[in-house]
Amino acid sequence: MTTFQPVLLEAVGVAGSHTLASYRSRGGYAPLERLLKEKQPADVIELVKSSGLRGRGGAGFPTGLKWTFLPKDHPGPIYLCINADESEPGTFNNRILMEDDPHQVIEGIILSAYATRATTAYLYLRYEYPQSWDRLQGAIDEAYAAGLLGKNIQGSGFSLDLYLHRGAAAYICGEETGLIESLEGKRAWPRIKPPFPAIEGLFRKPTVVNNIETMACVAQIARRGVDWFRSIGVPADPNNPRDPGSYGPKLYCLSGHVERPGCYEAPLGITARQLIDGHGGGVWKGRKAKAVIPGGISMGLLTEAELDTPLDFAGPGKVGCLGLGTAAVVVIDETVSIVDFLHNSCRFFAHESCGQCTPCREGTAWSLRMLERIRAGKGRLKDLDLLAEIGNTMGMMPGSTICGLADGAAWPIKNAIKKFRGEFEDYIKRTNPSGWMVTDPVPALPIVGAH
Amino acid sequence: MPTVIVDGKEIEIGAHERLNCIEVARRAGVEIPHYCWHPGLSVVASCRMCLIETGTRDAATGKITMMPKLVPGCQTPAKDGTVIVTDTALVKDSRARVEEALLIDHPIDCSICDKAGECLLQDYHFEHGQAERRTDLNPFHSRRRDVGPTVTLFVDRCIMCTRCVRFTREVSGTSELMVVNRGSKEEISVFPGYPLDNKLSGNVVDLCPVGALGDKDFLYQQRVWFLKRESNVCGGCSAGCSIVTEHNQDTVYRLKPRENPHVNKWWICDDGRYGWHHLHDPARLLSAGRLVSSNDDREAVEWSDVTTRLRQELSGAGRLAVAVSPMLTIEEAWMLCAVARSIDQQAALFVGHVPVSGEDESFPGGFTIRAEKCPNRRGVEAVVALFQSEERSWSDLVAAVGAGEFDSAWITAGYPHAWIDDTTAAPFGRLRALVVQDLFESPLSKLATWRLPAAGFAERAGTWVNAAHRAQVFAAAVRAPAGVWPEGRLYWNMLGRRGLYDPAAVRRQIAESSATLAALGGEIPAVGVDLRIDQIASS
Repeated sequence: MTTFQPVLLEAVGVAGSHTLASYRSRGGYAPLERLLKEKQPADVIELVKSSGLRGRGGAGFPTGLKWTFLPKDHPGPIYLCINADESEPGTFNNRILMEDDPHQVIEGIILSAYATRATTAYLYLRYEYPQSWDRLQGAIDEAYAAGLLGKNIQGSGFSLDLYLHRGAAAYICGEETGLIESLEGKRAWPRIKPPFPAIEGLFRKPTVVNNIETMACVAQIARRGVDWFRSIGVPADPNNPRDPGSYGPKLYCLSGHVERPGCYEAPLGITARQLIDGHGGGVWKGRKAKAVIPGGISMGLLTEAELDTPLDFAGPGKVGCLGLGTAAVVVIDETVSIVDFLHNSCRFFAHESCGQCTPCREGTAWSLRMLERIRAGKGRLKDLDLLAEIGNTMGMMPGSTICGLADGAAWPIKNAIKKFRGEFEDYIKRTNPSGWMVTDPVPALPIVGAH
Repeated sequence: MPTVIVDGKEIEIGAHERLNCIEVARRAGVEIPHYCWHPGLSVVASCRMCLIETGTRDAATGKITMMPKLVPGCQTPAKDGTVIVTDTALVKDSRARVEEALLIDHPIDCSICDKAGECLLQDYHFEHGQAERRTDLNPFHSRRRDVGPTVTLFVDRCIMCTRCVRFTREVSGTSELMVVNRGSKEEISVFPGYPLDNKLSGNVVDLCPVGALGDKDFLYQQRVWFLKRESNVCGGCSAGCSIVTEHNQDTVYRLKPRENPHVNKWWICDDGRYGWHHLHDPARLLSAGRLVSSNDDREAVEWSDVTTRLRQELSGAGRLAVAVSPMLTIEEAWMLCAVARSIDQQAALFVGHVPVSGEDESFPGGFTIRAEKCPNRRGVEAVVALFQSEERSWSDLVAAVGAGEFDSAWITAGYPHAWIDDTTAAPFGRLRALVVQDLFESPLSKLATWRLPAAGFAERAGTWVNAAHRAQVFAAAVRAPAGVWPEGRLYWNMLGRRGLYDPAAVRRQIAESSATLAALGGEIPAVGVDLRIDQIASS
């Protein structure tokens, strides 16, 4: 696996890699110019579709298929939104791409806009990425000057305007309809679906929302071809007609308690153990891993025994996780209390819940309150049942919320209680020897060890 | 016809009706609980109280396929073959959990909350909640924040349904209210320096399903379970909004809009909502008075004597002019005309003063406040036309009195606001007999030989016809104050009719004698009847 040559990250470490000249010297924009000349938009959609590219933002929806949902011969504008509101804890692959190789992203954007017939694209950048902002803006200016953006790109008759939009630092803006609302200048409350953005999105017009890494993949597919892309990764399961396979390279963000954290490019399907031991140099300080987050905190937890799970789109789901997510692998070593981990996770989601749907707004806050109480030495075994119930009933999957944030908040709770229940019980019995068995409601307390 | 199956019961809906599952279930007699959904506002599907199970029935095979997860009833359109199931364990559990979640941050201060008794949170909790409390509660707060001149917000009672926010954005178009903060720390608020101050602001209180938004005018005045409710029509302008007058022991406490798709939908304006205080104004005229000397010295006359003495005096006073106020109901106006003609067969009939203020005011949600500040000009015009071919207005009357055309006049008024000045009133002083029937003392009533008290809008019974030709029938909500005979009762007695004033009998009589008002002869639904439609049908 270590023999895999990085493609998406090939420019990392190259001096001046973010400039147009550097990108061109690596063969950049040539595929774009060729495709604009030779191919129709439908051909580009077909190209991406046949490559089996699945969205890298988290849900893993096939990109080409998403594009085909746009209405045919739509008379008005179609918008392309690029989601760079990378806010899943542990995730930083978009930042690397935007900072080190922004032109690769822009080439992908132009190709995607050409395929979807969008003439306006918005890049929604998370607030906390000033370096990405500078590099992207510089690259956009260069592209305009070189006739790669703007009116009549390279004489092809195709025009595209690309705007950078900086968010205001909210997790929910990464949800595609929350992003659209935010772009429209409103409070980022995810919209009810249907209608899906492909029919009615930004400014009530057909809209495609894609991730930065997906755009980079589109550029690489255009350059290296479908066969190259399909030669990497995990093919579709022939026994499961609904599995579109996991093709192509993927950027894994490895962080937490490893010797060498970082963003590593590997073929989809690498196992968590290969990633940690091969790329990350193993768990730090010679310790063992207690748990590993497979793809951002909202995906749940892998136990040490589950580390041989392949990190493709189907893998983590087989061991009870939500999915691959953003492929942000966070290693938690054996010294960490799982109670502390879950408290931190609940605190994040209680803070980031947009507050629209009752189950998520109140459920995330309630779970946080319970974990604060447990950590304050007032836990009861009954709390674990309540937490599990919240975990099982909150989210888009049981149908109780509009967007998937609640599922993301529920999964760590669900996984932690299920896979580490023994540790929770020990903790509660140890810290609350007199009250762990109580099942009465908890009276209102003025202060319950908030910090 | 499209057929929808609600809890196993088949319901037919109109071929072109666009209904959601809540609306269809209601037709089947099944209540799907909901907070955030309101038929007059956009759908946000955020409270998640209306979660139900749905499926589709295959038209060809009749096979029913259910969806694996719960869906919000408000957001899900009901189409042919839609299957709605509202009573499964899954649905019940989900409702109980939403109720539980809503109570986590709710202070449960029902004992001091004005909404108690008509609160959806209370009702749904009794019906769908669970008795056992499992949650960790926050210490209770009772934070109150003024959001405008008419409305106050009890911050912690809010369940974040955002109906009020959507109302100010979609119906009033003023966008004062907004959501601040995030997650469970969310609150409704206004932008600093931009209070909730528009002419429809009171509607947000009606929309609030819990006790978060309080109407300052009603706050702590009366427990809602003491209130009696009478369907009524607002007399504030010629829009004729359908309302409910809520009262106790002949005291009105508040007015609420009554749903009427043809007139006001679900809303009323603040002018109408708070426009009942004059009913209980101590300055109201409360007895019939006959002038005995020139310096406004009056003797109180028993009502039983008024009927005979009035007829006697007016009969001997020469040519009679009558102003029929557009505040009167059709029935009252018709009886007044009949009384006038029985006194003087040549009595001239004028449509009374029509108060106008500014321009018609329309709002983005389609609601209109009319400039014409009286409820029944069209009705009175139609009635007067039955007695007299020539249409004559109040200004014609003022001019004619000034020119000495008449010897006596009977002016009906009943306006809640001052409506006449000294200059306009002066020529009436020269008449041999002047009857003025009004709510309050005015320059005109000071000159009157007979000053009679009038009834207020909630004290009348009968029919009003609004600016859009819609006739609405209503009963009196409260009794007129002691000493006041509503106009209808006086005229009924002066016509020598027996028993209590019966507006329905008068209405039937009018309908028989008039083509334009013929529609009043039938049963009139609560939303009223459009007089023009029947005319077209009968012509």
